This record gives sequence, C-alpha cells and structure tokens, in this order.
Amino acid sequence: MNAKARNKSGSTTPPRRQGGHGPGGGPMSMGMPAAKSLNFKASSARLLRTLSPERLRMIAVLALAIVSVALGVLGPKMLGNATNEVFNGFIGSRLPAGVSKAEVVASLQARGQDQFADMLAGMDVVPGEGVDFGAVGLILVAVLTIYVASALFGYAQGMLLTGVVQRSVFRMRRDVETKLGYLPLSYFDHQPRGEILSRVTNDIDNIAQTLQQTLSQLLNAVFTVLGVLVMMLTISPLLTLVAVATVPVAGVITMLIARRSQPQFIRQWQATGDLNAHIEEMYTGHELVKVFGRQAQAADTFRERNGELYTSSFKSQFISGTIQPSMMFVMNLGYVVIAVVGGLRVASGTMSLGDVQAFIQYSRQFTQPISQIASMMNLLQSGVASAERVFELLDEQEQSPDPIDPVRLTDVRGQVDFDAVDFSYDPDVKLIERLDLHAVPGQTIAIVGPTGAGKTTLVNLLERFYELRGGAIRLDGVDVRAMERGGLRHHIGMVLQDTWLFQGTIFDNIHYGRLDATREEVLSAAEATYVDRFVKHLPDGYDTVVDEEGSGISAGEKQLLTIARAFLADPAILILDEATSSVDTRTEVLVQRAMGKLRVGRTSFVIAHRLSTIRDADTILVMEDGAIVEQGNHETLMAAEGAYARLYNSQFAGAAAEG
Amino acid sequence: MLSRLLRTYLRPYGWNIALVLVMQTIQAMANLYLPTLNADIIDNGVAKGDTGYIISTGGIMLAATAGQVICAIVAVYFGARTATAFGRDVRQALFDKVETFSAREVAKFGAPSLITRTTNDVQQVQMLVLMTLIMLISAPVMMIGGVILALGQDVELSAILLFVVPIMAVFAALLLRAMAPLFRGVQSGIDRINRILREQIGGVRVIRAFVHDDYERDRFGEANSALTRLQIKVGRLFSLMFPFVMLLTNICSILVIWFGGHRVAEGAMETGALTAFITYLMYILMSLLMASMMFFFVPRAQVCAERLQQVLKTNSTVVQADDAVTHLPRPGEVAMDAASFRYPGAENPVLNDITFQAHPGQTLAIIGSTGSGKTTLLSLIPRLFDATGGSVQVGGVDVKDAALQTVWASIGLVPQKSYLFSGTIASNLRYGKSDATEEELWAALDVAQARDFVQALEGGLEAEVAQGGTNFSGGQRQRLAIARAIVRRPSIYLFDDSFSALDYATDSHLRAALKNVTQGATVVIVGQRVSTIREADQILVLDSGRIVGQGTHSQLLKDCETYKEIVYSQMSAKEAA
Repeated sequence: MNAKARNKSGSTTPPRRQGGHGPGGGPMSMGMPAAKSLNFKASSARLLRTLSPERLRMIAVLALAIVSVALGVLGPKMLGNATNEVFNGFIGSRLPAGVSKAEVVASLQARGQDQFADMLAGMDVVPGEGVDFGAVGLILVAVLTIYVASALFGYAQGMLLTGVVQRSVFRMRRDVETKLGYLPLSYFDHQPRGEILSRVTNDIDNIAQTLQQTLSQLLNAVFTVLGVLVMMLTISPLLTLVAVATVPVAGVITMLIARRSQPQFIRQWQATGDLNAHIEEMYTGHELVKVFGRQAQAADTFRERNGELYTSSFKSQFISGTIQPSMMFVMNLGYVVIAVVGGLRVASGTMSLGDVQAFIQYSRQFTQPISQIASMMNLLQSGVASAERVFELLDEQEQSPDPIDPVRLTDVRGQVDFDAVDFSYDPDVKLIERLDLHAVPGQTIAIVGPTGAGKTTLVNLLERFYELRGGAIRLDGVDVRAMERGGLRHHIGMVLQDTWLFQGTIFDNIHYGRLDATREEVLSAAEATYVDRFVKHLPDGYDTVVDEEGSGISAGEKQLLTIARAFLADPAILILDEATSSVDTRTEVLVQRAMGKLRVGRTSFVIAHRLSTIRDADTILVMEDGAIVEQGNHETLMAAEGAYARLYNSQFAGAAAEG
Repeated sequence: MLSRLLRTYLRPYGWNIALVLVMQTIQAMANLYLPTLNADIIDNGVAKGDTGYIISTGGIMLAATAGQVICAIVAVYFGARTATAFGRDVRQALFDKVETFSAREVAKFGAPSLITRTTNDVQQVQMLVLMTLIMLISAPVMMIGGVILALGQDVELSAILLFVVPIMAVFAALLLRAMAPLFRGVQSGIDRINRILREQIGGVRVIRAFVHDDYERDRFGEANSALTRLQIKVGRLFSLMFPFVMLLTNICSILVIWFGGHRVAEGAMETGALTAFITYLMYILMSLLMASMMFFFVPRAQVCAERLQQVLKTNSTVVQADDAVTHLPRPGEVAMDAASFRYPGAENPVLNDITFQAHPGQTLAIIGSTGSGKTTLLSLIPRLFDATGGSVQVGGVDVKDAALQTVWASIGLVPQKSYLFSGTIASNLRYGKSDATEEELWAALDVAQARDFVQALEGGLEAEVAQGGTNFSGGQRQRLAIARAIVRRPSIYLFDDSFSALDYATDSHLRAALKNVTQGATVVIVGQRVSTIREADQILVLDSGRIVGQGTHSQLLKDCETYKEIVYSQMSAKEAA
C-alpha cells in the first residue's frame, strides 16, 4: 500500500533499484568520501525536476516573470520619452514662437550650426512652446501604472514561486523520511545517526534557501538577457555578436572556477554531516564523556572536524567568490571592444551615433543580469552540493520489496517454524547454521543461553528485520517472505530490552501499541502492567511528557511502559526479549502474572536471564553459538543435567561460594 | 543579541574586516568611476569616431577594472576567511559550553535542539557575515558615493532622497518585526524535524515491529507541514521585498523627472545635470536593492543568534569551586550525609535523607523497587547533578569542593544504558584511559567475560562498533561497558544495574573476577538480582527515595520487610539463606 501511495504524487525518489537478496548490501559507501562523482549538471537538473509536480504553477511563474520583465524593460523606455518631452520643451522654450521647426532648422543650417540643426531635426520640438507638463504628467502616470503592474506581477510571481519551492522541499523531506522506512536495518547499523540527520536538517534547509533566494532572480535574469538580446539584434547584429561573444568566454571561466570550487562545496556539506554526527554522539553520551574524562578528546575530534568544515567552507566560498569579479572583467573587456567597434562603425558612417549609444546602453543591461547570476554562484553551487547528498540517500539500496501478491493471514493460530535457517550479519562470520525450531500455537517458548548465543537474532529474523541466507521461516505454514513485512509484523508484538519512547505523554506512548484503542483500553493495559502504580505518583499522571533521554522516569518504569504498549497491541505472537531486565523482581512477579494471562492462547517467545522468569515455559531452548543445544521443559532439562542445569544452578553459585 | 554575538566573535578578525572594508570601498569607488569613463568613451570617442581615444580610455577602463577585480578578490579572500573562521569559533564556543553542561541543562534544551543550534543556527549567522563581507558591505559605500555625486548635481532635487529613506526604513522595520516570530518558528520547526527523525532512527526496530510506518509518516508529515507553512509565510514576505524596493526605486525616478523637469523649465538646472542625476539616483537605489538582500539573512540570523546566546549564556548548575581541591585525602571513600534530591518545582523529593559510608575494599549494594531513586543516588556521586540537600563526599572531600576532573578521574561508571561510541572495540575500551596497552585491554575483557566474543570478532580489538553499540547484543554491550570502566582502574566503581543483561553464569563469573580487580577500590552496585548483591558488605534498601534498610544480607533478611519481599520474589527461603 505504501508503494502505491508514494507513486501517486511526484516523488524525488527515482525508480527503485530492486537489489539482490544480500542484506547489508550498499550502505558501506560512507567509507570512501573521495570517490564522489561531481556531477553538477546532472544534480542540478535533478534538483529542478523535483519542482516538476508543480509544472502548471511553474508555467504561471514563467509567464508572470516574462510579463514582469517586459514591463520592467518597457518602463525605462517610456521614462525616456518623458525625459525627451522635458528636453523638447526646454529647447522649444528657447526658440522664437510662431515659426515652424523646419524654418528653425533651415536657419540654423544657414548659420552653419549643423550639429544643433541635426539634433533639432530629430526632435519633436514646437518652437516657442515650453515644457508641456500635462503631457509629461500623462506619461509619468502611465509609467507609474506600468511600474505598479510590474511590481504586482513580480509579487504574484514571488508568491507562487515560494509555494512551489517550499512544497518541493516539503516533498523532499517527506521522501527522505519515507526512504528511511524502506532501508534495511543494516543501513542504520553503519550510518551515524547525526550524519543522516544532517542531510535532512542542514542539507535540505540549504537547498530550500538556495531555491528561494536564487530561482526568482535567476528567472528574471535569464528573461532580461533574452529580451535585451532581441533589442540588440534589432539594432546591430554585428555588435550583438561581439556582445554575445563574451558569453562563452564568461561561461568557460565560470566553469573553470566552478569546477574547482564544487568539490569544496561537497566537502563542506560532508564535513557538516561528519561534524553533526560527532556532535550528536557526544551530546547523546554526554554524561559518559564527562565521567570518563573524555572532554579533551571529544573537543579534539570536534576541533578537527570543525577545522575541516572551516577549511572547506572557506575554500569553496573563496574560489566561488572569484567568479563574479572575473565576470566583471570579461564584461568590461567586452564593453571596450564594443565601444571600439562601434566607434569604427560611426567613423566609417555605417552606423548612427544614436544607435551605438542605444546599443551600449543595452549591452550594459545585457551584462548586468549575467553578473547577477555570477554573484549567486556560491549559493547555487552550495545548494547543488547539498542536493547531491540528499539524492545519494534517496538512491541507497532498499530492502527487497514486498511480494506483489502477498499472502494475507486473517486468523493466525501462531504456529512458527524455522526450517534449516542459515544466517549471519557478516557474510564472513558464521552465526546461525541450519537451525530448526517449531513452536506449536499457544505455547510459551523460552530461549536461554549465554550472551551472544544468537537469541536476539532469532527475534530479528522472525520479525524479518534481516533476510535469511538460507532456509525458511513460516508462520502457520506460510513462508514469511510471501507476506508483506507489515502484514507479518502485525501479528507479532515485541518488547525489546532497549526501551524506546518518543517525546510525548505517557498516555501517547502506551497508545502507540494500538492506535485505535480507546482511552479505557489504554488505562486498563496500564493497570494490568503496573504502569498505573507509578504514574499515579507523577504530578501530571498520564500527561507526563517523557522522551528518549527519559528524564524523570527510571529505566524499569520505561520497560513497564513498553510492556503496556505490547499488552495493548494484543498480538497473536508475543516476543519478550529481556522485557523486564530493569524491573525489580517483586514488580516483575506481578507483571508476569498479568503477562501470563495475556499469553494464554498465544505463541510467545521469552528471552530472559532470570531463569525464574522462564521456569514455567512449555519449551525451553538452550542456545549456544547460534545453535540449539538442548530442548525440553524445566524438569526434563534439569534431569538431563546438561547445559540448562548448569546455567540454572549458576544463579545460586554465589551463595554456594559464600556458604 | 545578534550584534553582541558578532562583536564578541568578530573581534579577533578586526584587521581582516578593516582590510575587506578598504578593498570593498576601492572596489565600489571604481564602480562609480567606471560610468564616467563610459560616458567619456561615448562622448569623446565614439561620437567623434576617435578610435585612438576609445582605445586609450578603454585601456584606462580595463586597468581600473583589473584593479577592481584584484580588490574584489582580496576582499572575497579575507571576507570568506573571516566569516568561516567566525562560524568555526562560534561552533567551538557552543560545543565547549555544552560540554560543561550537566544533564539538567542538556535536558532543558533537549539534545536535538542543541545539535541544530551547533550546526544549522551557526550556519545562518555565518551566512549573514559572509554575505555582508563579500557583497553587502559595498552597498553603503555606493550609497554614500551616489548621494555625494547627486548632491553635486542638484541639492534641491536630492530632497527626494529624504522621502525614500524613511519609507524604506519603516518598511524594513515592519518586515523585520513580522519575520522575527516566523523565523523563531522555523528554527524550532527544524528542531522538531530533527527530534522526530532522531527518534525514528533510534526506534527503527520498534516502529517496524509495530508496523507504525504510516503513523510515523504522519507524525513527521505534521512537523514537515508546519515547517513548510512557516517557510511559505516567510517566503511570501520575501516576495514582497523585491517588488516593493523596485517600485520605490521607480517612483523615485518618476519624481525626479517630474520635479527635475520643473527645475529645468525654470532654468534652475541643466538638462545634462538631470540625466546625470538620474544615473546617480540609480546607483543609490541599486545599493538600496543590494542592501535589501540583507532581509534574506538578517531576520533569521537574528533569531539564530538569540538561540545561540541562550546556550552560551546558560551556566551549568554543577559548577566547580574556584579553589577546588585536586587531591583527595582518602581515595575511594564514598559517603553521603542526609543527602536529598528534588527536581526543581517537584512536590516530592526523589531522594530523601540518604546517609551512608563506603570504604575502599568494600562493596556497597543498592536495591529497591523500580523508580525508588537508585540511579539518581548513583548520579550524585560523580556529580552529574548536585544534591539539593545534605552532602555527598568522594575521597573524603565534599564533591562541591573538589575539582570535577579529580572526582571523575577516580570513578569508573557503568551506566544502566550501556552506550558505546562509534569506533572500534579498542577505542571504546580506551575511552577512560587513552594510553592503555593491549594487555590492559585484554585483561579488562577477561574480567568482563568478554574475551571470547571479542576474539571471535573479525578484527578482534579493532572490530567496528556502530554508534550506541547497536551491532552488539545487550549482554555484549554491557560487558564492553564494564570492561571500559575496568580499564581505568578507578578507586570507585559505580555499576548501575550493569549485570541485568547477563546470564547468571556470566554474572557470577564476572563478579568473581571483578573481586580481584577491585580489591583496593570501593564498589557501588545497583542491582535487581539478589544473587548479584547478597555478598555486599553493606546493602541499602531504597523505597520511594528513602533508606528503609541498611546492613548485610543476613541482617536485612532478619529485620527488613521490604528486603525480605524482594528476596523471596526471587528464591525460596532455603536458597536465600
């Protein structure tokens, strides 16, 4: 259902690569930072494609930009008319009234003032009449209207574009979060948390800023260049050629510089990620850092990564910052060449002075937006470097997809079979080989054995957190790979030794077990699992806010909360992995009793070191080094005097030694 | 807030900034000078067809441009250097500050927010400094230059500028005021995104097990939408800016033509002066436009600076005395005298009237029901926070009088949650003693019953450890955390329920081996299992933050009801005796 939901709307995620079965494939890329492909063009194209779901709005933005630019170009032209009107009036007022312009021109020519005569001939002067402020006023009102309209169009464009940009960034964040849901667990085992976080907070934020600040100016600049180009062509194709010739020169120089600065931008955002990872880890393990006297070393590592961030930020900004001055030089060079060529053309009489002047005006207008783009290069490059890091995460290999036509179990009995299961986290180190395990519905199966024997691994496999290397796991006779992961996990309730709470109230955290549960159901689950007993003493009761750092409540209380959560979920199969290890034994006895009630009619797997916890299990599996070495109930295993009996007796060993 | 942050952390780069200022001034002046040369080329060169003049003036122009380029590049060099160094220094200051925090201050801000502040918030302020130094700093120069030149053309017409400036100022003030709360929302929105995602990564197993992907997506989506809504609001305010400034600019030129036209008609002004005036007006307004770029950076940087100052101004509640003792007269000794602890504003104390003494060579065990205050009690010893009443002594000195490093150096802590750092087994074990030899590491692993599995790992001591130690089982993690404490050979060991993930056999082997190591040291164990603590020299039984029993196993079995209950919940009377 997720895949369907995701494909509906535009997604920054590319078609999913359906990787082979090997778990743990792909995520090792973090080890090789230098081998990044620096593909500025491809990445910026992909970044622009993230806007594509808003195609219509983008077209509107483009249209508004064109109108706004056109009006912006028209305005100064009309303003020029107003200035001319003033000049005409000024000249006119100095000429005698009652004669025609032609007469004045003729008389001037007769007096040998050819230059002034020429100028006058080209002007719209009525001798004797002063400045017609009515006409000037009219023009100015018209210009004002145009400017107001241009501003309104510009504003509308900005409004629209903001929405487009921010929604695209919204989608990008959403896609990354969704992507994390499809990555194999092994990815998280290898990627520092702060590094992933940095991509979502720092990099995406940087992309948002880049798009917001540059896109609108970029559009305006491009259209202005195009508009001016057309104007220039109408005046002189030759000079246009000269003006345009500066563009490839500018382009090559920009590319040469950008090629040097782009790797530095990539380094900068990588360094930000690395620094964030270090900070995240140090702030998480804050107390340990202090008590173990590691502040100096933590600070050293910080200084080192901070230094790397400084160096790369400085280099990227400096190198990128030389683009704009270089552009300035090229543009001025072009200007001089135009002036020279124009001057030659005027001298040879092939072009009028007015045209050259107008052309030079336009060539300024032509270079201005280009240098504007150049001055935004640092923002652009930085944004693309961040985009590359986000795309990299989006392209990570996902876990194998759920079957297209999954088997859906409705009424689960709870029969679980492990058939010749082979598994290891690391392909070179064998862990579980040809393991068989059969759980009859309704049974309680305890798994005991020394730490590291592979008990938690069995849970991971049953939940299908990792993929098998051989064999099969079946639920009610159905291979779990034929089911959707979600469908499978729906039937399983799990309480892990590492408690996990999110920031929210105690009520919300229990409610998490079954989101459609009523308040009464939540409260009765809390009562059954003895959560109620300590919550009553909290000033805010069930509204007490807890978080991952778990301020205010103890580790044992957190465990009780997670048990209440599973209790509420009421699944067909229950897994308790050291669920009560931090709970005191008196409370544990009570919780056990409650859990006992819950376990009736359900298949449960219990992993515990306190053997009192598992004594009553129907079957006890003793695991050692990834294999089941003994199997039976408490009595038979004690009678067998094997591994279990040794383990069981060891809990009184202290007493024996003392006694 | 912003200005104070800038003043403090830019001070060391005063000379750099002065140099940037000089370079940018020259650069801006060249900008003002170049149009004059342009006009010369047109008037005296192009108009007269004088190619020689064009080339010579063009040469001057190119030389001026070259000078300008050099100035600009020098300015960018020192500007980028200053801004990025500023960012580096602020990050360092922030990190150093957070390192001094006690758990209470970290909890106050929340780790996710502290993380955002150290990277994202600093980045925003750094961006402002950078853009100012490489770009915006020349705006006032251009503006002043433009004003001087405009005044030179016509003083009375320049009065129009008097009308623009206040409007611009009011507009700026309004915009800033509207943006500040929005950006405050944006930054805490990023905090929230950071927090939820951090929770999701940390709880990935639980989320997948409960098949709550959809719920989590909604939770994230909500935060994401909220942030997007704010960003759109901010963006819309920004979209107001350029059109407004442009409009203001254009209205200005309309006014100039209108009033200028009148002045020309009155003969008070030359037509050439009017054209020139318009050109200079454009400079002024261009620089205004450039200055308005500040709006992209200032409001956000202001909010970020505020958030940074909040952290920088917060002082740890655990402060070291000025004349702190660095020598502990009786190493290993731990004692509390009527110590109590209460969260600020809480009704009931978490700990109340705790008194005990533990001496080197002794084991003190603490047992009690869930939430009875065991971990809190343990945390008072390394002064993770301060007792709110009574006193805590380590090594014969009140912890408040001792140097923090001295106290910590004497302690080996194994916390309840055995957190490992990313790196290798060896780097984790050396966490408390960076110069420990391999022999020392193996010896510690032996005691912690961890040699076998470490040996079996590919790479042995150099095997990779993921952040938090998630690639190890709970029991393995716990043993590594124990070994980490042992490597330090401290005079005080604090075990906070550190054997809970171990099976009984491992637990008892570990404790037996530990005895040899901890001989001259004081051991404080918090535990749930009676077997773990029964041999202790002294057992404290805690209930609701009070000591309800104190003595040895056999004494307590006789006269402490609570203890009896605990014991009988785990073993039969026969086994207990």
